[in-house]
Amino acid sequence: MNLYKALPLWFHKLGALKYFYEISHVISRWVSVICVICFITGLYGGLVLAPADYQQGDSFRIMYMHVPSAWMSLFIYMVMAISGGIGLIWRVKLAEIVARSSAPIGATFTFLALATGAIWGKPMWGTWWVWDARLTSELILLFLYLGYIALQSAFEDRRVAARAGAILALVGIVNIPIIHYSVEWWSTLHQGPTVSKLDKPSIHMSMLIPLLLMTLACKTFYVSSLLIRIRTEILEYECNSSWVKHLLGNNKNVSN
Amino acid sequence: MTPRKKRITIVCAIIAGMGIAATLILTAFEKNLLYFYSPTQIMNGEAPKERSFRIGGLVLENSVKKNPESLEISFILTDTVNQIEVSYEGILPDLFREGQGIVANGKLFPNNVFIAEQVLAKHDENYMPPEVAQALQEAGAEMPENHIPPQ
Repeated sequence: MNLYKALPLWFHKLGALKYFYEISHVISRWVSVICVICFITGLYGGLVLAPADYQQGDSFRIMYMHVPSAWMSLFIYMVMAISGGIGLIWRVKLAEIVARSSAPIGATFTFLALATGAIWGKPMWGTWWVWDARLTSELILLFLYLGYIALQSAFEDRRVAARAGAILALVGIVNIPIIHYSVEWWSTLHQGPTVSKLDKPSIHMSMLIPLLLMTLACKTFYVSSLLIRIRTEILEYECNSSWVKHLLGNNKNVSN
Repeated sequence: MTPRKKRITIVCAIIAGMGIAATLILTAFEKNLLYFYSPTQIMNGEAPKERSFRIGGLVLENSVKKNPESLEISFILTDTVNQIEVSYEGILPDLFREGQGIVANGKLFPNNVFIAEQVLAKHDENYMPPEVAQALQEAGAEMPENHIPPQ
């Protein structure tokens, strides 16, 4: 079979919850392995191998948790809004589940970014919190996540909840470019971008590599925990279908 | 129009509508979103006169005067074009030093002295080991300064 025919077919198959449930188990396991490796090497590189900063000394090391968390908070929101939109337009069940399962992980990363930022801000800036554009827009992102989660549990019917949530997520997407460009558009206490600048990143290579490893660790953590959540959601969605009953029935037999 | 196309239109309309609304709101409130004013803006009379506001800039080299008896300190804040004298009494953040970017919260008095109630340090987006920073300085390269855009 040629690729042009095989690829759409594979996507179609992937959308089938039963097939996804079966393959996601293996993917999740391998992604977790990559996550643990990146996390250990990234943390060791960041906390032990990387040199102290010329200005901030050892305090800058909190960056290795703060920066990946902040990136993930934006990335997961984009995933949530886009898959929510796909669910809304094409009524793909799997897309609805992806959006719904992403929200708590995204909220956690947003909280981590805000908390580590406050801990970093106290010794360096001299304050836990300021109402500048970057910090305020990131706080709004946390409220968007919490609002989305609350909305999900407000509906009895999962499919109605998915549609309502998708609209909220799509409305909130306007906040993402605001967070990203806030440090460039307005004068803020938060410093400008380091890595995503168009010219070469203004961070020394020995400090950058652990940061990229930690970023990969957070990305893979998201993927593997997302897959675990999706698997649980699939079972709840499909609890009346024959394959889930069969699966659970088999398990019962094993445990007896 | 099929229901699917209708839904696509609605989603696009939501995103476009929110984008336009946000742009309008943010342009309207642009001044209020500025976290601090630069000395040049203050010289041009753009900063509020009655209430307190924040000022941002670099601490001028050799301008810091400390009172050894108390926590009183005074220094000159510059954006490399204009200068404002700042007076403060209290504990300074670790990063406070000459040449450092800082943000101070307080009031401007008619004699053009800014009495600060709080001083925060701003750090830049550059990260490097001290040896590299030293080597850069010795090579005569311009040290990365805290970026305070001239307004």
